[in-house]
Amino acid sequence: MTQSVVVQVGQCGNQVGCRFWDLALREHAAVNKKGIYDEALSSFFRNVDTRSGDNGRDIYKGKICSLKARALLIDMEEGVVNEILQGPLRDVFDSKQLITDVSGSGNNWAVGHKIYGCQYRENIVEKLRKTAEHCDCLQCFFIIHSMGGGTGSGLGTFVLNLLEEEFPEVYRFVTSVYPSGEDDVITSPYNSVLAMKELNEHADCVLPIENESLFEIVNKIHQMINSGKLGATVKQNSLVTSSAGSAKALQEKPFDAMNNIVANLLLNLTSSARFEGSLNMDLNEISMNLVPFPRLHYLVSSLTPLYTLADVNVPSRRLDQMFSDAFSRDHQLIQADPKHSLYLACALLVRGNVQVSDLRRNIERLKPSLHFVSWNQEGWKTGLCSVPPVGHSHSLLALANNTCVKPTFIELKDRFMKLYKKKAHLHHYLQIDGMEQSCFLEAISSLSDLIEEYNELDATRGGPRIDPSRLKIAV
Amino acid sequence: MSIVTVQLGQCGNQIGQEVFSALCSDIRGTHGLCSEKENESYQDSCKERFFCDEESAVPVARAVLVDMEPKVISQTLSVAARSGHWKYSSHSHFCQKQGSGNNWANGYSVHGPRHKEAIMNLVQKEAEKCDRLGGFFTIMSMAGGTGSGLGAFVTQCLRDAFPTSFILNHVVWPYGTGEVIVQNYNSVLTLSHLYHSSDALLVHENDVIHKICAQLMNIKQISFRDVNQVIAHQLGSVFQPTHTAGGGSGYSRNPLGELMESLVPHPEFRMLGLRNIPQMPESSLPYSTFSWPGLIKHLRQMLIANAQMEEGIDWQVRPPHPSSIPSTNKPLHFNTSIANLVILRGKDVHSVDLGSFQDPSLYTSWLNPQDAFNAWKTPRAFNKYEKSAALVSNSQFLLKPLDSIVGKAWNMFASKAYLHQYAKFGIQEEDFLDCFTTLEQVISSYTNL
Repeated sequence: MTQSVVVQVGQCGNQVGCRFWDLALREHAAVNKKGIYDEALSSFFRNVDTRSGDNGRDIYKGKICSLKARALLIDMEEGVVNEILQGPLRDVFDSKQLITDVSGSGNNWAVGHKIYGCQYRENIVEKLRKTAEHCDCLQCFFIIHSMGGGTGSGLGTFVLNLLEEEFPEVYRFVTSVYPSGEDDVITSPYNSVLAMKELNEHADCVLPIENESLFEIVNKIHQMINSGKLGATVKQNSLVTSSAGSAKALQEKPFDAMNNIVANLLLNLTSSARFEGSLNMDLNEISMNLVPFPRLHYLVSSLTPLYTLADVNVPSRRLDQMFSDAFSRDHQLIQADPKHSLYLACALLVRGNVQVSDLRRNIERLKPSLHFVSWNQEGWKTGLCSVPPVGHSHSLLALANNTCVKPTFIELKDRFMKLYKKKAHLHHYLQIDGMEQSCFLEAISSLSDLIEEYNELDATRGGPRIDPSRLKIAV
Repeated sequence: MSIVTVQLGQCGNQIGQEVFSALCSDIRGTHGLCSEKENESYQDSCKERFFCDEESAVPVARAVLVDMEPKVISQTLSVAARSGHWKYSSHSHFCQKQGSGNNWANGYSVHGPRHKEAIMNLVQKEAEKCDRLGGFFTIMSMAGGTGSGLGAFVTQCLRDAFPTSFILNHVVWPYGTGEVIVQNYNSVLTLSHLYHSSDALLVHENDVIHKICAQLMNIKQISFRDVNQVIAHQLGSVFQPTHTAGGGSGYSRNPLGELMESLVPHPEFRMLGLRNIPQMPESSLPYSTFSWPGLIKHLRQMLIANAQMEEGIDWQVRPPHPSSIPSTNKPLHFNTSIANLVILRGKDVHSVDLGSFQDPSLYTSWLNPQDAFNAWKTPRAFNKYEKSAALVSNSQFLLKPLDSIVGKAWNMFASKAYLHQYAKFGIQEEDFLDCFTTLEQVISSYTNL
């Protein structure tokens, strides 16, 4: 069994990360009734003997003493991290896992990447090494951050670079929250495009998230609960947006509901690596199957179900509905239209009491309405994990490598160009040591190349299918 | 003689456990329908072949379990132990912490060499426990990373370490519509490598077994466990003890050797398909009666029409007329055989007329029909079926599926998709091309039968 380390950077990263740890504890508590520290738990948590104070040794087997998250919390302001340390999760984190400063990055990627990056490099490397040392077999780093600000975007991508240098064999999965069009941070296009270049070059997989989608999901759930349709009662802890049953239940804050969705995404992504099933899907398999070309590693995710009704019996029809929902836009975590674009690859990670025949039936059913690239007509990767998430009898996470991310990137590029043409706010960046015009040019060029790669694939769509001729053997 | 089973990867281990479970439950069953003496002889032979009598209350499977991550092996060991009737040795497994990531190159080029010594030590130990080693039976899928890549490497190691032993690879072919996106690459790499080190490949296709579960076994929500149990039943029907023709009294002592001798006359032709009838839900068994002529007739037609199960057989397909020009005039859907082996188990087995399988028009002209066809029999019924017949065939059974896999892999290869993932671990485009060439040769050979 392998371990993963979460690196949460910036305000967004830490708020989402906080929700992740909370829900992870809730999930393991539901599965692990005997309080024994098992391999599943060890993938994200250390078991520390805290009787002798904070420097306790790790306990590898036996009863759970004190669980510590395998995480690094980085923020250049203290507010968010301090709140975490004073909240119900304070015991899950070690003071040695924090890197904070006071003044923040001013929504400036260059401040985050160049100034703080430089300043905190040694510190970050040391703490990463420490965390890695506690791992028997470290498989993956999960970075959580936003793209539009300064710390998450700038320092977050600096850390991404560092991870590649210091731990080249460990996978880097990045969960990035992309800014929306009406983002109130004016320089978010600059920050995002500068960060994109780093993601293009150093990440193994990126899961882009858009607040708009999260917001719509939250609204949909509110409506569902408040409509009181047919007197249906919803199981509270089954809501993809809820923290019910976890440590934090009583203190929900505005972004908590949205952040819980992202936390659930990460839990479902790693479920087959942590728990048993009839067809396991490990993290390295996700990267292997979903990334046909090195830079095309942006995956559209969708989660179902969003809630469970309180009645227990779920007939098979509901199961099929779950599959259909995964391919509907209101379950996606970004605003995109995969059905009308080209699939390069698609992964379905099912949890709970679902068997291979259910999976096959639904793939056959949905296939005709989806367009797959000509060289990957049957490009499905599937996983069956026996353990369902809290509050559900089964769930599905769909990850698609689809050209529908192209419009998102094109929009980002347009917003960037609007500002850049007028050189608006540019001086804030260029005055930073190490930042030059060329940084901007390289970044926009990297993004353009990426868009072009997607264009080339889109161009293959719809044309006559000519299979390449096979090797001929002399008889 | 004893057979050492090597279970590789998730699929290999899951199936292996079902196989030993089926073998064990068969010998413990009271449905032998034969004399006590016969039954005892059968049990002893099976035990010698597959189990070891170490100081243990229950028989210990002669198996080595290999996987690159721990979850499946630990599950396999515990399920076996929980049965209370057999178990695996506690020292016969090897696992690591991180899987192969569905990457054949990772399994073959990284995990293989790294863990060769440890794995071969376990195999050596198991081999030494056998009074007489009859050969190796490896179980793997070709779609993933460990079973396929590490499996191909281990097979090579087995060949190097035991040059005179028989090696039979049981390979599971994945569903056509994806379990793993790079499954066709992994399959091409696996099959071409196995062709060079193995004696024969015995193939099961998930699609076919799935249909059997759906249409014959009437299972509504088919799970991998159901699929694996059907596979285990079919394997058991081949490898449980039998009397071979002319072997005198007593059960055959060299099943793998005899299998190879009967079915693999030429090294270019190593792909064996397996059919087994009848197949039905256990609850229907008491209400069904079978006749040998009926079973033989169906099995023969399944052979020549390339039917995957006993429902939906195309009875229009006939062997070509003996006076017609060979090769070019064969009816399109006719499945030409190189060699066939029929295994019969149950009541009145000695009275069965197998003349229809010796019809020369079923075969290529290289072997005498007497040599192209062999039969193994035992009056001892298998797994509650009063009469059952299995067919292991070296014929064009697998030609179409193989061609399909190679076609899809080639299509993907032409676009260069995913190649960087293999290059990372040392498998380059040239290596792929070599594998494609090997398999195109195999396809061409089987096509021109």
